[in-house]
Parts: sequence; structure tokens; C-alpha cells
Amino acid sequence: MTTLTIGNRLDDKDAAEQSKYNRYNGITSGHRACQGCGEALAARCVVDVAHRVTGGNIAVVNATGCLEVFSCVYPENSWRIPWLHSLFGNAAAVATGVASAFVISGKKDMRVIAQGGDGSTSDIGLGCLSGMFDRNDDVLYVCYDNQAYMNTGVQRSSATPILARTATTLPVRGYMGNAAGTGKNVPQIAMAHEIPYVATASICNIRDLEEKISKAILLKGSRYVHVHVPCPLGWGYPPSETVRIARMAVECGLFPLFEAENGVVVGSTPIDNPKPVEEYLRAQRRFAHLFGKNAPPEIIETIQQIASRNLEKYRLSGEFSHE
Amino acid sequence: MLHQLEGSQAIAKAVALCRPGMVCAYPITPQTHIVEHLGELIHAEELWNCDYVNVESEMAAISVTIGSQAAGVRSYTATSSQGLLYMQEGVYNASGLELPMVMTLGNRAIGSPINIWNDHSDAMSVRDAGWIMLFPETNQEAADLHIQAFKIAETLQCPVMVCVDGFVLTHAYERVDIPSPEMVDDFLPHYEPRFCLDAANPLAIGTMVPPEYFMEVRYLAHKKQLGALKIIEQVGKDFYKKFDRHSGGLIRTYKTEEAKTIIVAMGSVLGTIKDTVDELNAQGEKYGVVSVVSYRPFPAEALRAALAHAQHVVVVEKALAVGTGGILFQELELPLKNIVRKISSIIAGLGGRAITKSMLKYALKQDEREIFLGLDQNVVAEKIQLVKSCCCK
Amino acid sequence: MFQVRIHGRGGQGVVTAAEMLSIAAFLEGKHAQAFPSFGSERMGAPVVSFCRISNREIRLREPVQEPNAVIIQDRTVIGPARAFQGIVSGGYALINSPEAEYEDQGRDDITMKCVGATEIALEHIGKPLPNAILLGSFAALTKIIQLDSVLEAIKTKFSGAIAEKNSVAAKIAYDRLA
Repeated sequence: MTTLTIGNRLDDKDAAEQSKYNRYNGITSGHRACQGCGEALAARCVVDVAHRVTGGNIAVVNATGCLEVFSCVYPENSWRIPWLHSLFGNAAAVATGVASAFVISGKKDMRVIAQGGDGSTSDIGLGCLSGMFDRNDDVLYVCYDNQAYMNTGVQRSSATPILARTATTLPVRGYMGNAAGTGKNVPQIAMAHEIPYVATASICNIRDLEEKISKAILLKGSRYVHVHVPCPLGWGYPPSETVRIARMAVECGLFPLFEAENGVVVGSTPIDNPKPVEEYLRAQRRFAHLFGKNAPPEIIETIQQIASRNLEKYRLSGEFSHE
Repeated sequence: MLHQLEGSQAIAKAVALCRPGMVCAYPITPQTHIVEHLGELIHAEELWNCDYVNVESEMAAISVTIGSQAAGVRSYTATSSQGLLYMQEGVYNASGLELPMVMTLGNRAIGSPINIWNDHSDAMSVRDAGWIMLFPETNQEAADLHIQAFKIAETLQCPVMVCVDGFVLTHAYERVDIPSPEMVDDFLPHYEPRFCLDAANPLAIGTMVPPEYFMEVRYLAHKKQLGALKIIEQVGKDFYKKFDRHSGGLIRTYKTEEAKTIIVAMGSVLGTIKDTVDELNAQGEKYGVVSVVSYRPFPAEALRAALAHAQHVVVVEKALAVGTGGILFQELELPLKNIVRKISSIIAGLGGRAITKSMLKYALKQDEREIFLGLDQNVVAEKIQLVKSCCCK
Repeated sequence: MFQVRIHGRGGQGVVTAAEMLSIAAFLEGKHAQAFPSFGSERMGAPVVSFCRISNREIRLREPVQEPNAVIIQDRTVIGPARAFQGIVSGGYALINSPEAEYEDQGRDDITMKCVGATEIALEHIGKPLPNAILLGSFAALTKIIQLDSVLEAIKTKFSGAIAEKNSVAAKIAYDRLA
């Protein structure tokens, strides 16, 4: 990986696709995403780099959710690629059908992306996703994880972090938000299916995200990329802070960046000096109650332990560096 | 060529003759034999260039089919009962997206209480979903209607459901003429999608439609269904010309010319009804029968014309709208208002209860607006008392 | 119209027997309809199947209540399944039993015959599968279908050595009652 000091505008070879003047612009401007939307930023990175790598031979199946709602309200539409939205919980299965149809109709160069938020991935669509992994269908599934049901007004999903405040886990009296000991880890679930490729990525590291998508889009079989996408509305921070918030999550170890092949972790992005989680938590209103007068002092430690476990589990101290 | 076949095999062979590129289904009784046989035909490469996807649920089955059809490939699925309910969100989605797929529904009751036997409750649960729904009377017609279904679907850009009585037809062996591939190819040309996911011509399919346009979308869906009446009739005529067999169309009449009482029904029970009517007419009675083949779109005008001269119309149906009564019965009441003096309803065969000639003869003699055929009063009496006492409190 | 009801237990090929019978009739140019008693029966549970044979199209789909013949593949279901119920006068009952005691059921208006089909099956097929064998006896007893049609129908349901063995056994069962 190149160091950040060169800067992506100076060295075209290492420049992010997103920084290029001739990027495809698969999701064009004028859509209705909130200011500072992490999901919109991630999705255009994914679509543009996939478009370049495949020579334009992609089709996208989108689950219901923010991304679908903000990108196309008839008669307007931001997608400049073949795009299909069916339902909330079935994107993976629809993509299976699309991928199969391309083979049957002789369009063998076509690559298929299925995408959705954390709700459609880890909750309502998990059955279809697991089925797609089970059959090793030739689809790249991308989850844009903003850790709650933002489209319906910030309700808890199984990707919501513990102790977070959402509309359905409002901290009141002694209740401290989303209960500890809950939640799903979909990248690990994907790995348990031993599919060819699983990766996590963050919009704080666009070149890493693009690199993983470039790799994943050309592999055969089921692939899964889980992207951390902060949401200013649901998490409670200024829209200008999206990328910084994303970076803080990575740098404290709460969102580890790694790659796995056939169910085994093969690499992770090292963190030189892991930051305490407190800095990341304090920046967001959804965790503000953890720092209030009534908050038990040990509560931050509960979250710190998760980050510390990640540092160990994914060897974020450097044993798996990409170099 | 004539074969002695199980209904499911006949349907599978007819579907295979239509050369789909995708068959995707999740097992549920009594639909299973159909897709098992199709899987065999695909894996033996008797049906080639077709994928069979084993999925984890009916939701996935309809979704894979939606995906493949949207990507431009002729697609087929099959289900029954709870399976149809489980995929119901996708059923509405497929018609909303105007995807011309074909589904076999092996008609079966809906639980609870769980019951695997035949009635039409499952089909009735999606009667407003925007699919064309056809009810064959025999396995020959079931096979023929699948060939017609793809043609109707693709002509209209609208999904078609062929509702085949579970077990009674799907598991019955009888004589079926399976046409030659050449004849079917000639009748049903190679599928050319009117729109699909295509890199050369990118389209966004399935966008959100706001209030400013939604009414128009629904209005057009309604108009399309009404327009389908002509198409279904025409495809039935074309089929007759090609295959020399009357299958399909909107409705069929049997001995209605001089009938005083006309029985209206759908599906496999029509055979037993026709035998009953013949026996009654031999004793000097004047009964006739009208078969509803196309339930959606509802052929109100054709039915009105066929029933106008009747003194009494009796609707025999294998479904019940709890709280209102017979469904087909209610749908016929309005078109026949001020035309036919008397209409009555026979709810029959729920959850696989046998429908026999003797039961029908008995029921036809009763002068009641609503009859539950073969209902055992001893079983319900005690509970009825309980219901009454609760209501009177 | 000739109506047949077949009684037996799950795993004995009761449904297949009705299907083969319908195929045999079909091969003779007749109309035939075969269907099971539709259930989720498991191995060993009582099973019923039906077959109608006619020279005209068969429209009737009610269960066979007044059979012209019953085939009983397992004599232990006779009582519980009321296997003799409704047999028309002049009808037939064919029972899988080596003993003649079942020939007297208090119905002297029907023809009852016993054939030890399971024993024939064990000897010639190696498995206690009486279904195809009894169809051989059925052909001899009722003369509704020819033995040759039964043998042809067997080939549509079984293949290779199994079909051959079933055919040999069905022929033996035919000769017992011919």
C-alpha cells in the first residue's frame, strides 16, 4: 500500500478511481442522499471502480433502503448502469437469478453486484444471502453498514453496536441503549460459508476499498465486502465529519479492515498506535449517554474490550500487513 | 403424442417444451413432483441452456426468478399453499415489475390448522396481486395452459399463474397428449425481452414511484388485466388452430342452452359436476355447467352472457372468505345483479374434503343461499354454542 | 367404467400399482385414471390408491367408493381400512395371502381369490414387493386387462433386472389364477 504522503492527485498510478476526472460516475449527482452520507460515498466508489475493472460489464441489484430510495424516485434516476430493485430482503437471491440469466443468455462477461444496507443484509435478507453463499453463486455482495435502519428513522438492527442509542433503544433511566451481548458479525458468517472472498472496508480508506472491490469483482463464486459507512443523521455528528468518524472507528480497532479467502483471514490493515475508543464514541450523539452523569464508569471499558479483542483476533498489530 | 402420465410430469414436460432458461423452486407438497421432474430433464440435458437453482425458501425462489426474468431469460417457478404466502411479497413485486414469468400453483389449503390437501385458499390469497390466474380442469388442460401461459405472459408483459388442483390433478395419472417440440416452438417463439438489464442500454428497473405517478401505474395495471381478456381468448383460439384442442379461453359452457340451473365452478371439480349434471338431466332435470378458466382477469361479461338465461346460478367453490362467504360467489353476485333471480353458494372440498356426485345431488336439492358441502354438524355443534354464548355476553 | 381400489401399506408400492394398472389400460387404448388417497403417509402406514378404467373419457374425480375390484396388498389392513366396503355385486377381491381362509368374508356375491404374492416376490425378486405381481393375478381374475399390457406397464416403472424379475413373477401370479 502506498503511503498517504504522495497524495492521490499527484501520482496518477496510485490515484483512487474516485479522484480521476474520467471516473464513470455510475451514480450521478442530483440524488437525494443526506449531506455527508457515508453510504452514497461508498456506493459510488464501488460502482465506479467495478465499472472500470469490468469494462462496463456490470449490473447492480439493490435491496430496499436509503441507497435505493435516495437514488431513484420516478421519473428521476441517478444510476448510469443496469440497476434492479426488487424487495428489502431478497437482493442476494435476485442477483443469483440475474447472474444465472447472464450465463444462460451468453453474456459471460457480465459481473453482478448485489448491495444493501445492514438491515437488508444482516436481518431481513440474511436467509437469501446465506443461500447465495451456500450455492457459491457468482455474485459480489456489498453491505453498506451504517449500523441501524436509517431509512425508517434510525431503529436498531443486528448490526447496531452495543450501548448505541437508536429510536428503538433509547436510553432511559437505567437502560443504557442497545444491550451488550447482542449483534451479528456478517463477515464472520460469510467466512463460515467458506466462500472465495470476504473483506471489510471503510470509506476512510478509499484506495483500500477500491482495491478490494477491484479484486472481488473479477473473482468467480460468492464474494462479500462489508463497508463501514457512517451516517450523520443516525449517529449524530456534523456531515463534514463522516470520513473522520470512519477513520476513528478503524484506528481504535472497532472496525477492523481485513481480507479472508475460503474462510480464513489472509491479511489485515495494521494499526500503528491504536487509539482509545472513547475518542470515537465521544464524537457521536448516539453514545452521548455513556458519558452522562448517570453512566457507570466501567461502561466505556466494555466497548474498549471489543476493540482490544479485534486487535488480537485480526492481528491488527501488523503480522498480516498488505505489503 | 399420447402418454399415460402423472399430472406433475405432464406439466413438467409442457414447461420444458417452452424452453425456459430458469427453473427455480423450493419444495412444498403437492408441487414437488413438477419441479423434481423438471430438474431431471435439465440435469439430463433434455432441457438444455436452462439453470435449475435449489434455493433455501420460497422467498428466494420467486426472487431468483424475478432476477433471471429481469435479466432477459424466460423463467418459471412453482409452489403451493404456505409457500405462496411466504413468497407473496415477491408475487406482487413480479407483476409490478411487469415480468412475464410463469408459475404453477399446486392448489392446497392454507393453515393453521396445517393441511396438505387440495382447495383454492392459496390462489385466493393473491387474487389482487396483478397476476393472470388460469384454472385447468384436467391434466391435458393443465399442460396446454402452461404453453399458453408463456405466450399470454410475454404478449402482455404480465406474469401468469396456472392454478392446478393439488393431488387431484398433480398426482393423478391420466391420458395426456404432449405436443411435439416443433409445434410448441412454432406456437411460442423464442423469448425476446422488451426490456432487461443490459450494459449497452442501462435501465433502472424498480424505482420508487411517488404519489404523483402511483395512481397511474395502478390504473395501467388494471387496464392491462382487462385487456388480457381478449388476449387470453385469442391465445386459446390460436392454440386450438395449432393443436386441435379446446384448452384455455375465458370460460367454457356445458349443456347450458336449455338449463334452468347453471353451476359455476373452477378446476378439477368440474368433471365430477358434469357427471352429476348428466345423471340429473337423464332424470328430466335441466342443469348446465359453466367453467371459469380465467379467474384473473375476471371474465364478468362472458359470464353474464353465459348465465343470463338461467333461473338459478349455483357457485361451487373450494375457498371461503372467513367473515363474508364464498369468494367466486361474491364476485359473480354483482355482474348478475338484476339479471339472474337467484344465486346460491356451495362451499365444498375445503382442505381436501372429497366432493362426490351424491353430495352434490343432495346439496342441489336444498333451497339455501349458502351450503357447506358435507359439513358434519355434530363436530361443530358444541363450538357453535360456545361462539353464541360469547357473542351474547 | 371399471373401478379399482388398492389397499396396502406405505412402502409396498400401492400408489405405483394403481399407476401401472392405468398404464396397462392406456396401452390397450382405454381411458384410465389413477390417483392416490393423497396423504403424507409414512412407511408402514395404511395406504389406498384408486384406478378407473373406461372406454370413454373419465371426468369423475371422487374417491372410488363402489369398486368393481379391490386389490389387498397387505391382509392386515383388511379390518382397519374396511377394505371390502362398497364392492359392487359381481365384483372381485384379490388378496395377497398364501392362505385361502380370506376367501370367505361373508360376501358370496363377489369373487375372492388369494395369491401369495409376497412369497412369489421373495422368491423371484428378493424383496417383499407384491404390487406388480398382484397385477398379474388381477389380469387373470378380472380379464379387464391383458397380461401383456401389465408386463409392458411394469417396464415403464422398473428398469433392467428388476423389471425382468417383476415380469417373471407377475407371469407366475397370472398363471395361478388363469
